[in-house]
Formats: sequence, C-alpha cells, structure tokens
Amino acid sequence: MAESKRGATPPADEDRVEEVARRQRAGLRLFVAYVVLYVGFMILAAFYPERMAEPTPFGGVNLAIAYGMGLILAALVLALVYMLACRPKRSPPT
Amino acid sequence: MNYESSPTAIAIFAFFVAVVLTLSFYLGRKAKSAKGYYAAHGQISWFVNGVAFAGDYLSAASFLGICGMMAFYGYDGFLYSIGYLAGWIVALFVIAEPIKRLGKFTFADALDSRFNSRGIKLAAALSTLVISAFYLIPQMVGAGALITPLLGLPHWAGVLLVGVTVTLIVVTAGMVSTTWVQFLKGSLLVIFCAVLVGLILHRGLVARPGVAAPTPTGFVLTNDYELTHRADVVKVDLPESWKGKPYVRYAYKDGPVVTFRIEEPPEGVKADGQEYVKSEPRLSEAQVLTILKDGKKLVNGKPKTPENDLRPVGTVSVLPATRTEVTGDTIMRDTHFRTGPLGPLAFLRAINDSMIVTWSKETIEEVDGAKSVVYYQVEKRGSDLLKPGASPTFAGVRSTSVLKKLDFLSLMLALFCGTASLPHILIRYYTVKDQAAARKSTMVGIAAIGFFYVLTMYLGLGAMTSGNLDPTNENMAAPLLAKSFSNTLFAVISAIAFTTVLGTVSGLIMAGSGAVAHDLMENFLKIKMDDRAKVLYGKIAAAALGAGAMVLGILFKDFNVSFLVGWALNIAASANLPAIIMLLFWKRTTAKGIAAAVFVGMASSLGWILLSQQAYRDVYHVDPKLSLIPFSQPALVTIPFGFLTLVVVSLLTQPKAAGTPAASAPK
Repeated sequence: MAESKRGATPPADEDRVEEVARRQRAGLRLFVAYVVLYVGFMILAAFYPERMAEPTPFGGVNLAIAYGMGLILAALVLALVYMLACRPKRSPPT
Repeated sequence: MNYESSPTAIAIFAFFVAVVLTLSFYLGRKAKSAKGYYAAHGQISWFVNGVAFAGDYLSAASFLGICGMMAFYGYDGFLYSIGYLAGWIVALFVIAEPIKRLGKFTFADALDSRFNSRGIKLAAALSTLVISAFYLIPQMVGAGALITPLLGLPHWAGVLLVGVTVTLIVVTAGMVSTTWVQFLKGSLLVIFCAVLVGLILHRGLVARPGVAAPTPTGFVLTNDYELTHRADVVKVDLPESWKGKPYVRYAYKDGPVVTFRIEEPPEGVKADGQEYVKSEPRLSEAQVLTILKDGKKLVNGKPKTPENDLRPVGTVSVLPATRTEVTGDTIMRDTHFRTGPLGPLAFLRAINDSMIVTWSKETIEEVDGAKSVVYYQVEKRGSDLLKPGASPTFAGVRSTSVLKKLDFLSLMLALFCGTASLPHILIRYYTVKDQAAARKSTMVGIAAIGFFYVLTMYLGLGAMTSGNLDPTNENMAAPLLAKSFSNTLFAVISAIAFTTVLGTVSGLIMAGSGAVAHDLMENFLKIKMDDRAKVLYGKIAAAALGAGAMVLGILFKDFNVSFLVGWALNIAASANLPAIIMLLFWKRTTAKGIAAAVFVGMASSLGWILLSQQAYRDVYHVDPKLSLIPFSQPALVTIPFGFLTLVVVSLLTQPKAAGTPAASAPK
C-alpha cells in the first residue's frame, strides 16, 4: 500500500489517530441519519402502501416516487457532507 | 417476437469489442508485477475510479433487469434501484476507509490483517468464490439472453462470446484493463440512457385504445356480440385442457385462431358512490405461444415464423382528460391521443392518471404434453402501477399477512447490506492512491449510479408505454425501447449493454482469481510464489473461472436474473458484513469468531435459499409447498445470526494471557 511507510517520514496528517476517529464519528452519524430515512421508507412501503399512492407537493407525484427519489438524492447529499466534513484540519506548526 | 439480426448492431458490437480488447492489450503491457495486476499500481485517478465503480456496479441486473421489471410491473423495479444505491452508503460511511487502511489486495486480506489466521483466509476465500459464482450466473445468463435476439445466435453462443472476451481481457491485463472497461462502460451507459430519456420525454405518451378490429399496433378489445355478428370469424371450441378457463377462441377466415380472454365487468359501487353500469363481459385479445413436445413452437395455432410471431405489447389505453364538460347528467371527457413533450414530473403525473395495458401470462398444460402460454391484457390504473406491490416479487406488501411483508423487508435489508459486502466491489478501493482519493471516487460512483437509477425510472415507464415490449422477455425491455425510436440507437444501447456484462464479469473473475491464487494458494495452502508466479497463477485461475462461468451460464439459462442477484446479495451480506463490521468496531473480536461468522453466515444463507419455496419450484421442480422456509429472502434472519455467531465464538475464544494478542490466532 502506498501509505504504509515504516521509514523515516512522519505519518500523514490524515492518518493521525484523532483525524481517523473524527472521520469515523462523522461517517457514523451520517450513516445513522440515512438508516433512519431508509427504514422509514421500508416501513411505509410495507405497512402503509396506500399512503404511498397519495400525491405530494413535489410536482404532484405520489409519495412512493417522491420518497424513493428523495432517498437517492439524500445519498448524494450525505456523501457530499461527508466529504466536506473529512477535509483535514491542519494542526498548527510547532 | 421477431428480432431481425441487424448488420448495424453487429458492426457496432464488433467495434466496441475491438476497442475494449485493444485497450486491454495496450494497458496490459504495463501490468507485469503482482501489484500492477491486482491493484492497478494504486495509481488510477479518483474520477476514473469513481466512474469505474458505476460501470462495475451497473451490471445486466441493474440496467436490463430493473428496467424490465419496471416496464412490466411499474414502481417495484425502482425498489431494487433504491436498495442497491443505499448499499453504497454503507460502503462509503462504514467500510470504505477502514478497509483501505487495512487491506492489501483482497477482502480476505482485510479481514485477516489483524490476526494472520488460516481459518479466516479459508473462510474469506471461500465466501468470495461462492458470492462471485452466484453473481456471475445471472450476468452470463443475461449475456446469453441479450446476444441471442440481437445477433440471431443461440443462447450458448452468446454466453461463449462474453466468456471468451472477458477471459481474454482479464488474463492479458488484469485489473488495469477491467478498470478502463468499466470506466468506458459506465460513462457510455449514463450518457446514452440520458439521451434515451430525453427522447422519451420529448415524445410524451401516446394512447392506443382498443379497437374493434386488429390493427398493426392495437390489440382487439371487443365483446361477444360484436364478434358473433362478423362474417369473417367463426367461434372455435376450447381444447380439453382449457375448459373452465376464461377464454373464447375465434378463427379468422384467412388468418390464425385468435384467443380472447373474458373480462367480467366490475360490479358494485365505485369509489365516488356511483354504481357500475351493467354491461357485457369484455373480450380482450390474447396471444398464445405453444411449445410442442418436440420443441417446435406455435404462435396462435400456426407455426412460429418471422411473419407469424408474438406481437410487441405495452401501451397506454387512456390518457388523462384534458377537458371535462358537465351538461346536466352527462359528463363528457375529452381524452386525447398524445400528450406531446412532457417534463420529467409531468411525465410521471401523466402516467399516474392514465390507464395502461399491461400483460400477464398463464401457462396451460395441454393433454398431448405440449405447453401453451397465454399472454393476456390487463388494463391497470397508472396510479396502481406507481405504488409498491404491483409485481409478483413484491406483491406481499399489499397483503395483510405480516409474513409476506417480512419477505419484502428482508430483501430491502439484503440489498442495503449486500453491496458493501460484495468482494468484487471492495477490490476497487485499492486502485487509488490514498484515502482521500478513495472517498472522492466513491462519491463520484454514488453520483453516477444515483443519476442512472433516476433515469431507469423513466426508461422503465417509457418502455411500458412504447408499444414495443416482448411479452416473453423482461430483459429486452430497455433495448427494445431504444428500437422504438431508432435502429441505430437500438444497436448502440445493445452494444453498451453487452459491455455492461463484459465489465461486471471481468470484475467478478478478478475477485475470484484473487481469491484462488492469492488467498487460497499463497496464503492458505502456503505455496511459495514469487511475483511472476503470482501473476501466472492469477491468470490461470482467471481462465479457469471464465470457463466455469460459461458452463454455469449455459446451465442456468432459464433462470430469473434478478432472483439470482438477490441470492448473491443475501449471501454476501450474511457472510461478510457481520465479520467486517465487528472487526472494525468491536475490540474483542477474535480470529475464530470471524472465521466462524463468515462460514456460518454463508452456510445459513445458502442453505435457506436452497431450501426455499422458490428453489423448490425453479431449481428442483418439486412442489414448493414442501419447503419449510417461511419466506424466501434470508437476510432478516441470517445477518443477525452471523453477528450472533461472531459474538458467541469470540467470547468463547478470548485470549487467555493478557498482553499477547497473538494468542488468539488459531493454528
């Protein structure tokens, strides 16, 4: 692997333990948010299928389509948020 | 249905394949080392890798299978899209970086990085092989089903074509070439499907109401009174095996015997309080495909020829009213025949408010051993088709039985968890420089895949209403949709679908050959190999897997492609996910725990599937009621079972001496 250096060069910023932990926390929070959305969809579709046919204010399409498209969009948005959250915070030079 | 073998299609195919192979040979000259062969030197740019993710993932099942399912059943195909994409969230947020930090070339390495355990190596390698095999079968079957009508070749020839091409690619250049094949495929797929969706929206919807005489595009919708008063038709008796079924048959004087299905008029009170007007039963024209004992085929009673074949289907019968006039007791609705160009949301609204003619089928066993499949019209409301549960696969959500709903929930869970657990997906994490690049590339992948799945909704619904569906074959819905616009577009989309299969199959063979050469031979069996030998054995393994895939693709040719992909994801999620999650997040995981979890997850999901009602019916051809399994998707049960196994075994095999983590590694 390119970054597993055992030589004299110091580990990259992004490999520092705090950085890794921070990213992992961010990732897990966003993941949980998505799980909530996804499970909500599953429950609606399984137990309230008639609700899914009702129209929504999003251009008049029904809830099934709006929610489904919403999940796709949410995936993109969350991924973007994650990318922004993972930008390394440079530690001040000592 | 008659597919002319178009010289344009063949020419475009040949061109695509030639380009892909040339790229592969050229890039292959650079990939001499083991690292180069397996992980593409770690130098693929994040954008290319991201689009290659999309190319890798949007396999025949996604493109052909989902579009086909939506074309026949509406919204339910989209459920697969949602589940597949959601799986990427698991991949990005939970798995991506930890794996990158841990692993070398393969999934097995990642699992084993802490323990150096033979048990884990074996378990992970086996799980990779099993999952890859299950994911390979539907791809090869899809390839055969795709090539057959396009090039006019028999199914096995199509499978052979894909198998040989892919094996050539992989054996000559390994990961580098597959990345570029998939990048190419991914971009072409998204671009041309976007073009096709643009054409669909521009054309809008066209209504073809039932007419009282056969027309080239319409199927007859009439009643008994009309038919008995025509001079050119004579009522024909039903064969013995058809007695009691809702059909009547009429012989046209100069033509075939036409079968009509009797639709009883609805009774009772409508939703708006009005009563249904008492009317005659409606007769809708059906199509009959008869397969004789000797294999010959008849269509509507006469031999199947290019001139006498099943006609394409899939139309709108009634479009939403543009104008409603109320005069006294009469309501006049002006329903038009075409909507003209529609925006994306207007298109969905229009479908929602239309009546659409879908097609179902009924198989009748004839007395002389022949089999007749009757394809008949079912007029449905668009709104009914745009909510979950219109397809046989997901019909359970509309029932009141909780057990049937569990099947749906289990499948959604499998799709969600299965993506990140697929061995051939994880490999792609290693072809970029570092973690930041891995994140970016997964994001690009999600964007491309998400956009594509939005497109598939329009492709599916467009195919449903374009009048060009083959009633016998879901998989051809998307290419045939393209054909309804232009033959050239048809040829291009078909060639892209072909490269779709090329890309996915090469990724799978890569994962499998890695499992065999690297994990099983070098690590588990401890065969010493230098760099050159690793590459050599990797290529031999790839060739062997290619051959095996071809055989399986031919053997399973009548199988439902989506069903097999669902299998693969269930097994992947049950075998791999508990192990990788606990390895990453639970300190007390032991090597034995991981190995046990992988074995148990794999075995339990595999066993569940092989003993399910669907397997009884489609694999062993025995009575599905003999099966003891309550629902067909194991994920809801076997994933937690995998977690449980890991926890229990880990707790039982905790290291005895403090401060020596190596003590937990089994010998």
